[in-house]
Amino acid sequence: MGGANGAERKDLRVIGKPHRKVDAASKVTGQTKYADDLVLPRMLYTKILRSTVPHGRILKLDTSKAESHPGVKLVLLGKDLPIPYGALPVSEDEHPLAIGKVRMMGDPVAAVAAVDEDVATEALDLIDVEYELLPAISSIQAALDTPEPRIHEYGEYGNIHRRQAYEFGDVEVGFAEADFIREDVTFYEGSTHLALEQHASVAQFGHDGKLTLWTCTQDPHYLHRSLAKVLGLPQNHVRVIATTNGGGFGGKCDPFAHEIIVSKLAMMTGRPVKICLTREEVFYCHRGRHPVLMSTKTGFKKDGTITAMHHRTFLDGGAYGGHGVASTFYTGVLQPTTYKIKRYKFEAVRVFTNKAPCGPKRGHGTPQPRFAQEIQMDKIAEQLGLDPAEMRKKHLIPPNSLTVNWLRVGTMGLGKCIDKVVEGSNWKERFRKLPYGKGIGLACSGYMTGAGTPIYWNSMPHSGVQLKLDRSGGATVFCGSAEIGQGSDSILAYIVAEVLGIDPFDIRVVTADTDLTPVDLGSYSSRVTLMTGNAAIQAAERAKGMLIQAVSAKLEVPADRLVFADRRVFDSENPEKGVTFVEAVWLAEAKFGTLGTVGSYKPAPAPGKFKGSGVGPSPAYSYTAAVAEVEVNPETGIVVVPRVWIAHDIGQCINPVLVMGQIEGSVYMGLGEALMEEMTYRGNRNVVHKFPSFLEYKSPTTMEMCDVITYLIEDQDSNGPFGAKEAGQGPQLPVAPAIANAIYDAVGVRIDEVPITPDKVLKAIRAKAKGQEGRYGPTVFPRCDMPASIFVPTPEEGGDGKAVERQPVLA
Amino acid sequence: MLRLPKFRYLQPKSVAEAVRMVSDGGPDALFVAGGTDLYPNMKRRQQVPKVVIGLAQLKQLRTTKGKPAQGMVLGAGLTLTEVAEDRRIQHAYPVVSKAAELISTPLLRNMGSIGGNLLLDTRCNYYDQNYEWRKGINFCMKKDGQICWVAPSSPRCWAVQSSDSAPVMVAIGAQVKLISSSGERLLPVAELYNDDGIHHLNKRPDELLTEIHLPPTNGWRATYWKLRRRGSFDFPVLGVATCLRLTGDGTVEHAKIVLGGIGSCPIEATLSEKAIIGKRLTEETVHDAAEAAYSPVKPLDNTDFATYWRKHMARYYVACTLRELGGLPQGLPHPETENSVPALRVFSSGPFS
Ligand SMILES: Cc1cc2nc3c(=O)[nH]c(=O)nc-3n(C[C@H](O)[C@H](O)[C@H](O)COP(=O)(O)OP(=O)(O)OC[C@H]3O[C@@H](n4cnc5c(N)ncnc54)[C@H](O)[C@@H]3O)c2cc1C
Ligand code: SF4
Repeated sequence: MGGANGAERKDLRVIGKPHRKVDAASKVTGQTKYADDLVLPRMLYTKILRSTVPHGRILKLDTSKAESHPGVKLVLLGKDLPIPYGALPVSEDEHPLAIGKVRMMGDPVAAVAAVDEDVATEALDLIDVEYELLPAISSIQAALDTPEPRIHEYGEYGNIHRRQAYEFGDVEVGFAEADFIREDVTFYEGSTHLALEQHASVAQFGHDGKLTLWTCTQDPHYLHRSLAKVLGLPQNHVRVIATTNGGGFGGKCDPFAHEIIVSKLAMMTGRPVKICLTREEVFYCHRGRHPVLMSTKTGFKKDGTITAMHHRTFLDGGAYGGHGVASTFYTGVLQPTTYKIKRYKFEAVRVFTNKAPCGPKRGHGTPQPRFAQEIQMDKIAEQLGLDPAEMRKKHLIPPNSLTVNWLRVGTMGLGKCIDKVVEGSNWKERFRKLPYGKGIGLACSGYMTGAGTPIYWNSMPHSGVQLKLDRSGGATVFCGSAEIGQGSDSILAYIVAEVLGIDPFDIRVVTADTDLTPVDLGSYSSRVTLMTGNAAIQAAERAKGMLIQAVSAKLEVPADRLVFADRRVFDSENPEKGVTFVEAVWLAEAKFGTLGTVGSYKPAPAPGKFKGSGVGPSPAYSYTAAVAEVEVNPETGIVVVPRVWIAHDIGQCINPVLVMGQIEGSVYMGLGEALMEEMTYRGNRNVVHKFPSFLEYKSPTTMEMCDVITYLIEDQDSNGPFGAKEAGQGPQLPVAPAIANAIYDAVGVRIDEVPITPDKVLKAIRAKAKGQEGRYGPTVFPRCDMPASIFVPTPEEGGDGKAVERQPVLA
Repeated sequence: MLRLPKFRYLQPKSVAEAVRMVSDGGPDALFVAGGTDLYPNMKRRQQVPKVVIGLAQLKQLRTTKGKPAQGMVLGAGLTLTEVAEDRRIQHAYPVVSKAAELISTPLLRNMGSIGGNLLLDTRCNYYDQNYEWRKGINFCMKKDGQICWVAPSSPRCWAVQSSDSAPVMVAIGAQVKLISSSGERLLPVAELYNDDGIHHLNKRPDELLTEIHLPPTNGWRATYWKLRRRGSFDFPVLGVATCLRLTGDGTVEHAKIVLGGIGSCPIEATLSEKAIIGKRLTEETVHDAAEAAYSPVKPLDNTDFATYWRKHMARYYVACTLRELGGLPQGLPHPETENSVPALRVFSSGPFS
């Protein structure tokens, strides 16, 4: 790509303007077709029989009665789909339907295809299953204490899925340099995405031996690969069309059992097959926030300089791997992106439990450690008698630098973000000065704009765009990216419109169809705007180049004087002299033949060269600072958040309204995780999910939503399209710790875990009143044998990004 | 998605026809008014009537009669929105319109009826689940199963009476009119409920609830405080309805304090009542009444929120209702500051609203 990716452009006409979304009208008028809106002739319906035990061996599975039930066409079992799959190649531990064993309540066991949903549902009760119950594991501690029986036969040992240990510089040396050391144990409860749309899919198998799957997936490309693998079809005989997602938030990233099941059923019955999950089943698909128990030991000097940090995490992974190995990395790798940490050690353990599998939810693995770090920063500032905003500002990672763990930071606007929220919230007049019961708190964060490496190893582009110009003056953009409500379709239109000087609504956008569109890796890791945007710029610039040649020859105007704007191509020195965009296309088609260009994008290689260095690097990091205001009723422990001030370093807004929408949505989700959301199970009752429903899984409504005052900090990053960075995930990160810090300001108690429910606040207030520690949170951190750390000298120490054999510290 | 089981739907044209239809239908027939309780239950297969008799078209059930001085009569089929927005009710029985307004969401209140609200099925986190979920725990005593998961050694069901209007109607002494093919009766609302999660209603299935008789407005005042997680949607996990009559000098001469959402029926906090009867409402007497509400409240782990906290909140909410009716300031002075601490936005509409 190179250069400023369009950032040198001064008078932007489309970029940075609050244009409507290209799909807005069809959404608000109900025209958009979601997967469940699709109906095909002769379509069958599927229901899945799910495990009624949390952990067990299948002793008997008799489907004969169900098979002979009128209207039932086929009953599918695990043995029909023997090939395992999973989001990450390192943990392909799932089968669409259980083979011999179930690992959680709700695990798919059999699937019925029938003429309608009622018949399929009736047939489920006719399937006779007997299980041999195995001991079930429902917590991190229980997983560590119960090596047998193993939930999976792979992994580290016992029920430990994964251990990771890294040390960047010798932390013991760092702790020795510190004036103070503190260690805080914190817990971040799991939560789910709660997208409004329940997962749905329709599959059709053609007489040409080709399969088409319409499904609400965020990652059609990865699903395409998994489908072909499990179904034993050549990849070029599988077509995945991602229908518009009615919300994703990471919950539709994994390949799902039901997607494979309807595909197989379509192949076997020769009829289109549909499924739409119930809300309860969506809770079982989950892949949401991991519950993470953390210990953060930090050495610091009197001025707040962090000399060393030893950060340890335990993740409750649930029953399957999914994206869990990546999640495990993310509970530590982004810690050093905000403040300078001189030496950093990070150890993480992911365990298997008999609960719905966790995975990527907005912020993927990072809101938990960010919570730990930001509430600890507040405690450090308090301990040192420093203002937490000032202290943070003093130790920011400089722009264009390398972090202790070899991440390359480009633009870094966190200082400006802090200034904005401090000013907006009147921080200096209010922090520690409000009456008892009212408080404000600050927290910050950094987040990636796209993962630097793909999920499976390859050296091809991460995103591709094809652009077709036709004689009508129309432009069609083809890209594999999936619209999940975030506006990725619109981004493509805005960018191509900007480059070609036409209107975004002149452009057709065709996305997320593996037959028609070039690969984009998917809507995850906040990668889409940056990567598809850069690919779109390249494709559009190439098309523009062709138009310029043709128009320049025709008008006899030098190429560098031609301007594209207002659907015209004209001479900048004599604007009257020009052609319409349609004429330009005609001239170019006459000169070059049918017009089409491509563009692609691949991130630059990461500076870290050690094993595992692929997780964390990103073309650009976004930064956010937030101040939350709370009102705490000390008699009840009830916390109300009236207002959040939030400043986000976005690089450049492609569309400020969409950016604000992402930020407000992030505040909303952060508020829910901070105050009420929790995936809870009844460990002593068959590990059932306590309340897999929209009513009883508590998530804020509009009534609980706070006012949000948003500040956008624009400082174009040379890696982003027109300088843009991400907005979809980073802004969520500071919300929960800002609220926790504000509660301390209000009533002087520390709540070191989320959700911060009134009973916890009240307990802490009462403990404090009795002269005990005014705190609620975990007190013990489990023990687990860890492998020796991968030891990497820091950039400051003159390392080269490679791991080294550790030199024993001299006694 | 979740689908309704198949059933026959009947639409009577009169109360008499409705009553006849239900007695013809026998145990397989159920009335439906707004359906906001029954239909979700049917989707979850908690209730599977073969015949459903729709009441929404019965004009007789949608009238408001009488004068406050003699006691107004509300048709059982009035929607919650109608009850909440009716000027006469708002004026004469503000506690009734307030309780109605605190129920569920605006959309559900447009459908749900006040009668259906009084007859709401009891609720429990083990029971209000899909068929598949309940199958995973082998069901429970209330439907299809043998034991109670909340209290496995208990012979009874502890599902929670979760209607917002029930404690209010009990506290103010309202009555209900029940009509069946064998006649009609007027029953104090307090006697409508049993302390049993399964047989929670003292009403035969063939009896149609037609009217709610509100008491004459002769000087009593009442309020209702509802505890729930969010400012909309949520069922009460505690509701305190308090009705007092004070003499000219502020002495409490009559008191009813009724707790909802905390047991299988509305629970009268008699010790709390005793603590204030014959006395004036001061911080001290309010405190005594609140303390007395603590022990009768035995929340179990089958609703939202930690049980000990709900128990604590009963004390707090009883105090809040009494302070409101006694004109005392909400909130206590805090030792760490000179200021009095505001009871932050918990006024009756739910903690987070
Ligand atoms: C998301 C949600 C939130 C809710 N939140 C609350 C809440 O906060 N507080 C609350 O109190 N309720 C709540 N509800 C429950 C319900 O909406 C209300 O209780 C409503 O008033 C029920 O009235 P209905 O007319 O819809 O009852 P229906 O569902 O029609 O009937 C309920 C029961 O009463 C019987 N019945 C109805 N009318 C008569 C009659 N005239 N004679 C004899 N039997 C009759 C029916 O057979 C049925 O058994 C909620 C419901 C939902 C779905
Ligand atoms: S209280 Fe017990 S018996 Fe009653 S619904 Fe709940 S679990 Fe079932």
